[in-house]
Amino acid sequence: MAERSFKEEVKKLTAGDGEVFSGEGILAVTKALLQSGVAYVGGYQGSPISHLMDVFADANDLLESLDVHFEASASEATAAAMLAASVNYPLRGAVAWKSVVGTNVASDALSNVASGGVTGGALIIVGEDYGEGSSIMQERTHAFAMKSQMWLLDPRPNLTSIVDAVEKGFELSEASNTPVMLEMRVRSCHMTGTFIAKDNVRPALTVSDAAAQPVRDLNRIVLPPANFLHEVEKVEQRWPAGIAFVRDNKLNEWFGPETGDIGIIVQGGLYNNLNRAMELLGLADPFGNSEIPIYCLNVTYPLIPEEVKEFCADKKAVLILEEGQPEFIEHELNTLVRRAELDTRIVGKDALPRAGEYSAQVIRDGIGKFLREWAPAIAPAEAVSAPLPAPVASQIPQRPAGFCTGCPERPIFTAMKLLERELGPTHVSADIGCHLFSILPPFNIGNTTMGYGLGSAGASAFKPKDKRAIAVMGDGGFWHNGLTSGIGNAVFNKDDTVTVIIDNGYSAATGGQDILSSRAENKERSTKNPIERAVRGVGGGWVRSINRTYDLQKMRDALREAMTTKETGPKVIVAQSECMLNKQRREKPLVRKAVKDGKRVVRERFGVDSDTCTGDHSCIRLSGCPSLTIKPNPDPLRQDPVAHVENSCVGCGLCGEVSHAAVLCPSFYRASIITNASGWERVRDRIRHGVIAMLQRRDDRARASRAF
Amino acid sequence: MEKKFERLNIAILALGGQGGGVLADWIQEVARHEGWLAQGTSVPGVAQRTGSTVYYVELVKPDDKGRSPVMAQMPTPGDVDIVIASELMETGRALLRGFSTADRTTLIGSSNRVYSISEKSAMGDGRGSSQKIFDAGRQRSKRFICFDMEEAADKAGSVISSVMFGALAGSGALPFGREAFEHTIRESGIAVSQNLSGFSAGFVAAQIAPALPQVDENPAPVPTTPAGREFEARVRARLPTAAHRNAIHGIARLMDYQDARYAALYLDRLEAVAERDMAPFILTEEAARHLALWMSYEDTVRVADLKIRASRGERVQKEVRVGKEDLLQVTEFMHPRLQEICETMPASIGRAVLNSKFLNRILAPFFQAGRHVETTSLHWFLMLRFVASMRRIRPRSLRYVEEQERIEEWLQKVRLFARNQPELALEVVRCQRLIKGYGDTFDRGLGNFRLIMDHVADGPIGAQDVAKLREAALADDAGTALAGAIGSSSDRNNQPAHQE
Repeated sequence: MAERSFKEEVKKLTAGDGEVFSGEGILAVTKALLQSGVAYVGGYQGSPISHLMDVFADANDLLESLDVHFEASASEATAAAMLAASVNYPLRGAVAWKSVVGTNVASDALSNVASGGVTGGALIIVGEDYGEGSSIMQERTHAFAMKSQMWLLDPRPNLTSIVDAVEKGFELSEASNTPVMLEMRVRSCHMTGTFIAKDNVRPALTVSDAAAQPVRDLNRIVLPPANFLHEVEKVEQRWPAGIAFVRDNKLNEWFGPETGDIGIIVQGGLYNNLNRAMELLGLADPFGNSEIPIYCLNVTYPLIPEEVKEFCADKKAVLILEEGQPEFIEHELNTLVRRAELDTRIVGKDALPRAGEYSAQVIRDGIGKFLREWAPAIAPAEAVSAPLPAPVASQIPQRPAGFCTGCPERPIFTAMKLLERELGPTHVSADIGCHLFSILPPFNIGNTTMGYGLGSAGASAFKPKDKRAIAVMGDGGFWHNGLTSGIGNAVFNKDDTVTVIIDNGYSAATGGQDILSSRAENKERSTKNPIERAVRGVGGGWVRSINRTYDLQKMRDALREAMTTKETGPKVIVAQSECMLNKQRREKPLVRKAVKDGKRVVRERFGVDSDTCTGDHSCIRLSGCPSLTIKPNPDPLRQDPVAHVENSCVGCGLCGEVSHAAVLCPSFYRASIITNASGWERVRDRIRHGVIAMLQRRDDRARASRAF
Repeated sequence: MEKKFERLNIAILALGGQGGGVLADWIQEVARHEGWLAQGTSVPGVAQRTGSTVYYVELVKPDDKGRSPVMAQMPTPGDVDIVIASELMETGRALLRGFSTADRTTLIGSSNRVYSISEKSAMGDGRGSSQKIFDAGRQRSKRFICFDMEEAADKAGSVISSVMFGALAGSGALPFGREAFEHTIRESGIAVSQNLSGFSAGFVAAQIAPALPQVDENPAPVPTTPAGREFEARVRARLPTAAHRNAIHGIARLMDYQDARYAALYLDRLEAVAERDMAPFILTEEAARHLALWMSYEDTVRVADLKIRASRGERVQKEVRVGKEDLLQVTEFMHPRLQEICETMPASIGRAVLNSKFLNRILAPFFQAGRHVETTSLHWFLMLRFVASMRRIRPRSLRYVEEQERIEEWLQKVRLFARNQPELALEVVRCQRLIKGYGDTFDRGLGNFRLIMDHVADGPIGAQDVAKLREAALADDAGTALAGAIGSSSDRNNQPAHQE
């Protein structure tokens, strides 16, 4: 069961011809796939394309009715390999993932499918996680398109253009026998908008039809001599065919006056920001009417030499707006201009920052710089900014990502932190997933992260004599590849490392999708395959499953044992507790209903007595829970703020465990609030309460008599 | 004549889970319902997990030719009409990023604080200044609306996103009537009545002048007993005015903590400092605070005493929001070690046990595990009441003896420096702040305090240096910064000898 249900979105996918579709960018892509007669879809979840995977996962009935095969792939490599179905058969297929990380994982299969070429249209939808809010290394998918010679679409960010790009992308792929990548920037994936829908189209050939009549073509298999043939084919046939299709179908666009001695070339995805920048400079109106010629690359690879030549021919200088580095397009433009024997000066990274997202602000500054050199008559004055003075700015804290309230992963790192006090610091190889937040305050645990599922592999160089390294791996990463790349590798190489596998029941960081070891019943997938069994299956001998991570002592003891046991070979701890975000989503309504139905319900939450709290905040440094915070000290003499538990507390129990295990302070209390208590319970409570209240009154009187 | 192009750019700054996305959707719905074009974008990513996120919405009135405007995907500094922030530092972040400008922007910010991890985990007070952000908000906006949205949501039994929506409607910054906004909430069909009441609270609050939440002043208490009145008269007669508030609080605290005799000891000690102090008497004022805090050190007796009071029970009831018909059980997490038990015993016995390896080995295992103490049960209540009753023999306890020795040693330094180096005396007084907490935390704090005091005793040392060392002691709990600071401070002290 995913974090939320997407039945509403699924309904939108059924929109017919002429209906106005309104929704987010990535959902528009999803709909466009169905309109294009796609036969199969695969992918791996991750921001910003999770939505596509989630919606398809919930759209089983619709997909079945259209005979579209959907698969929640085990990894991006799995998804890319799926495109093999388009090699021999005229099947349209699409796969999606987060890039550049997903493309890295997929690149073996991508190289193969790009080498042999495709018969049916093959579309690779990459969510380009670059710029603000990104959680990964800042690289460009562009390089992959270039190295494997796949075409790269980067449409203008409006839903109509994006949907067109999907449909044209399939045609382009088929016309040039080449897989096509569609780059979706984060903001475009989450951007709302509308387009006029078309009817969904059943694939002309379904995957079952294809399987029933197998086709074999030796020339399409990447093995000598065909691999050499493929290279020649790429250069001599597919490349020219691709260029011809892009040119003839006018996939790229032109705006502004037809001539001028300066111009701007822009990646399609940056077009809207460019227009806003020009509008603010008084060089364009809100409707895209520009005073400077613009050549908009909705296809950023390959470039179309004739179009470039024609655009540059009458211009002294052309500004290229290309986000990220290296500046592949700028290099290519320089080559094309030289080959065309033009004197046009290509201005790019010398006017714009080499790194980082190209916001309207950045583009505005870049254009200003460009114009001051090449068109001083229309150049704006240098902008004066008035930044917030440092004494004010320094008050605003960073907000690093952290574990959610009641997260079951938190106690694992609290335990590691406590163990660190006993055994000293340890090398910790982190992985990708929510657990990676351990590297941030307050835990500050983790030395490197080498990629999804690669926690154990990242620790494999350490063959320590005394102190073992600890590797962390999530259940998502484990099934993605960690079972073989990490555990299998450690077994085979007799590594002594300790691996903590965090089994929270979902691929939690990407939105709570089900995976092989999920505890949930899932009609369409096979779940409930225990991680421990898989670890033992590849030869892991020392395996401990802890089925309640909140049991801090147990957690710490297991870690200590793993770190100190004489047994050789990898030590694996499977730390299991359900993702609290998902658990709350499921259980909250049930609890509400039980209360309403008059059933006895016990709700637990924690609190801090502000009169015994001395404001040292050790508890926070071992937790970082959003609901464990501070408030001004109500004490008239004390000045440091006291710890405070907010009403959002879900009563996970860690605060109490921490104050015990770390011998912290007696300020924490657990409140158990019993709703719809039984009659007997009430009577007992009343008696108890009566006696205590009587004694308290007596104590109060005594205190009042000696008071100030 | 061509119609004027109308576009409104709206940036929303919120924290993960605060419903910034819902708010962005609502705003677009209102606009579409009123015939405007609307586009929204965001970059949620990992920021959904407790980080801060910017949502951006553009609303455009369609032109009569039916042309589609080109909409931007992120706010551009200087080009934002409305900023809505769910928290004060997020309001600050909007200023930091230049989204709010004095010539154009309606800035709607909540005055409440959601503390960041760096602010929360500081060993002392790591909070940013609310006032500075508030003042900057006023300067850098055309119109500033600032109230505690969290509180408003709470009172209305609603969530902050609907209060923000209400404040936006109430600001009049959008050309849509109140009904249009409310219609959107109704249309969404989720938690309609709660959202409408939050909306209404926000709408009303947007009309009042911007303000930060009130801070409790905690004026000096009024005496209720003859002894109290006597003490008050003594304070007013013998201590400088600047110290009155703290001294009276201190007396009240120590009478509650122990008895009038103990409070008298406090005043004797304080007067000895005051005699050596001069205007503006900050030293006495601060000594009144820190001496009272130290003298009311947190021992087992004090904790037990505070846990079983009726007032404490009421406070818990309120804090955890127990319904009228609900029952409440309260469990404490206590971890008294052998050391704390011995410290409660008369000094000679306590010391004997602690010094005996044999007894230590026999007894320690009984005090290893933490205890779950259910104060709402009669059994544990009586147990804690017994511990609290040991207040009477506290002055003979090991801990008492040790603490009074430490206090005297500290006061001796204060008195020594008071006349000739009043700033240094003041900084020494303030070092009491380091001694706090229980168990390991207490040991660490006391250790740091001693390190600094030893350094002071080695002298010569300036007031600034002591302040710096104290800050260093609060910089990390491994003592790294303090060790470094002491090292460099010693180097400096030794330098003049070598310089020539």
